[in-house]
Amino acid sequence: MLGVTLRKVSKVYANGFKAVHEIDLDVEDGEFMVLIGPSGCAKSTTLRMVAGLESITSGEVRIGGRIVNNLPPYERGIAMVFQNYALYPHMKVHRNLSFGLRLKRQPEPVVRDAVSEVAGILEIEELLERLPKQLSGGQAQRVAVGRALIKKPQVFLFDEPLSNLDAKLRASMRVRIIELHRRLKADGLNATVIYVTHDQTEAMTMGDRICVLREGRVMQVDTPDRLYDLPANAFVAGFLGSPEMNLRSARLIGHDGRPALRVGGFTIALPDDKARALASRPEGDVTLGLRPPFIDLARPDDAGAVVEGNIKFVEFMGHEVFIYFDLDGQEYAAVTRMEHRSLLKSLKIGQRARFRFDMERAHVFDPVTEKNLTLV
Amino acid sequence: MRHAHLASLSAEARAEMRRTERRFLASAAVRYAILIACGFAMIYPLLWLIGASFKTNHEIFTEIGFIPGSPTVEGYIEGWKTSTEYTFTRFFANTFMILIPKVIATAFSSVLVAYGFARFDFPGKRILFAILIGTLLLPNVVTRIPQYLLFRELGWLDSFLPLWVPQMFAVDAFFVFMLIQFLRGIPRDMEEAAMIDGCKPFQVLLYIVIPILKPAIISVCLFQFMWSMNDFLGPLIYISSVAKYPVALALKMSISVTESFEWNRILSMTVLALVPSLVVFFLAQKYFIEGIATTGLKG
Repeated sequence: MLGVTLRKVSKVYANGFKAVHEIDLDVEDGEFMVLIGPSGCAKSTTLRMVAGLESITSGEVRIGGRIVNNLPPYERGIAMVFQNYALYPHMKVHRNLSFGLRLKRQPEPVVRDAVSEVAGILEIEELLERLPKQLSGGQAQRVAVGRALIKKPQVFLFDEPLSNLDAKLRASMRVRIIELHRRLKADGLNATVIYVTHDQTEAMTMGDRICVLREGRVMQVDTPDRLYDLPANAFVAGFLGSPEMNLRSARLIGHDGRPALRVGGFTIALPDDKARALASRPEGDVTLGLRPPFIDLARPDDAGAVVEGNIKFVEFMGHEVFIYFDLDGQEYAAVTRMEHRSLLKSLKIGQRARFRFDMERAHVFDPVTEKNLTLV
Repeated sequence: MRHAHLASLSAEARAEMRRTERRFLASAAVRYAILIACGFAMIYPLLWLIGASFKTNHEIFTEIGFIPGSPTVEGYIEGWKTSTEYTFTRFFANTFMILIPKVIATAFSSVLVAYGFARFDFPGKRILFAILIGTLLLPNVVTRIPQYLLFRELGWLDSFLPLWVPQMFAVDAFFVFMLIQFLRGIPRDMEEAAMIDGCKPFQVLLYIVIPILKPAIISVCLFQFMWSMNDFLGPLIYISSVAKYPVALALKMSISVTESFEWNRILSMTVLALVPSLVVFFLAQKYFIEGIATTGLKG
């Protein structure tokens, strides 16, 4: 068991600011765990506490079952990749790679073999004699990954490693890191990864599971698809997914003896399972969450969950079209396919149009606690 | 290439371009003339000093120009011998005996103290740092007498110890401050990466911080070298026997001992006294400028 376990981990800074609030997190052996959240959510602080670069105020961190709270970083069996690469500027690439091994006084042939193996994996053989300042961003990042890899650590820690790269490189490095993780797994090296990012594409594509943080608290930990489909609260719902989920206030009412929603003067029935989940809740304000792809232009024969709003703005994106419309003072975004081309042509700003809500995919949140009330 | 380009322009455009070029040249000429004049005025005393060191005593005060009429190295030969039993060989040796340990001690202690202040949190750090900066503002003179009494009690008078030992404790707050500022500009990630790679704090200092600080450390050594080379008061207070005099004191001595001053000898030795600082400066210039110019080390 070489996973990482955090139990009630807190961080309070000297000035009294509590950055991390009793975080519990289990990262399994060989798992790729992504920590994500908006800036200031303490995702990096949490990672640095695992690394041993930040002291732990209370709680415990275990790596492979061993409590590491008071161990120095080099005794924790970890390797870390930093956002700005943090290569040693006065050492050539091969020295950068082998620095850790040389500190451990590994014999020269062992060091040389390890360097050439890692350089082969990351395709940086021709860079070995260069200084860090002679490398491009992508090359420097590969060297930084190599420096982590060469130590064959139990746990890899990545602190926003791709955020200094341009979009194209970021995409290719993303694939490279995932492939590397798979390859290590196939080689029987069950590398556990904790990966910090603020980029949701990285989180969704790379993580086996994602831990969403907000102001030092864990909002939800789950697989990417479950986070997308079944967000535990309005924050997760709004934070993940692009375009962003519509989170708008609505009213829960009784209609024909069962719960329904009142949205901008329209009454919308709820599917059975959601209605059941909301049955015990008194009438009152709630938050309706519905992703733009699940709102579409209504066909003439559509009935049921259909509303009528004023079109405010239309964005043609090629294969799909974003429509922003106003419903009783609240703006909603809808995404519609280009198959509706004939319908779209007739759309004019300011014009009224009918939209269909796919209520199977809707969520209802408590407006105060932000909890998802429709999760069953 | 440029002319081919010019040819494709209309006559009017070409005339305008020539006008711009002429205006630029004229303003450059004026600018350089002023700068050269100012530069010459500033370097003139130095040129005069060098010229005069090759003149005869008689010529020094009768001719205004700095090119000697009948050049002679008599001043250098006689000046080197001095009127004492020692030659300037001895005095230069003494200077370096004082200077080299002093520079090494300064670099070593300042780096340690700066690293501590810049990278570690410890109780009382703020107060200690305030005191450190306070000493920067303190006039040197006020500590002279207590220091003298202290070293007298230790029995260190007329030795180099009072000049060496204080430097081992980072007494030059300016250097510590300079290094702290330099360190503050360097992201900590590299040190953290080194810690993860297996460095203990002292190894981080040795393998990562010192190499990165190299330009700043060279600047510190250079400043200390030049200041110590020119230091007159320190040796004057603590060193009494002529056998231990550094160059600065020896020069003063040649003024007071000789009855009618042999100015050309004094000037010759003054020129020689300038040489080490100049040589060291030019050798270290590359790093020195790097030390002042380097702000970020990203990538």
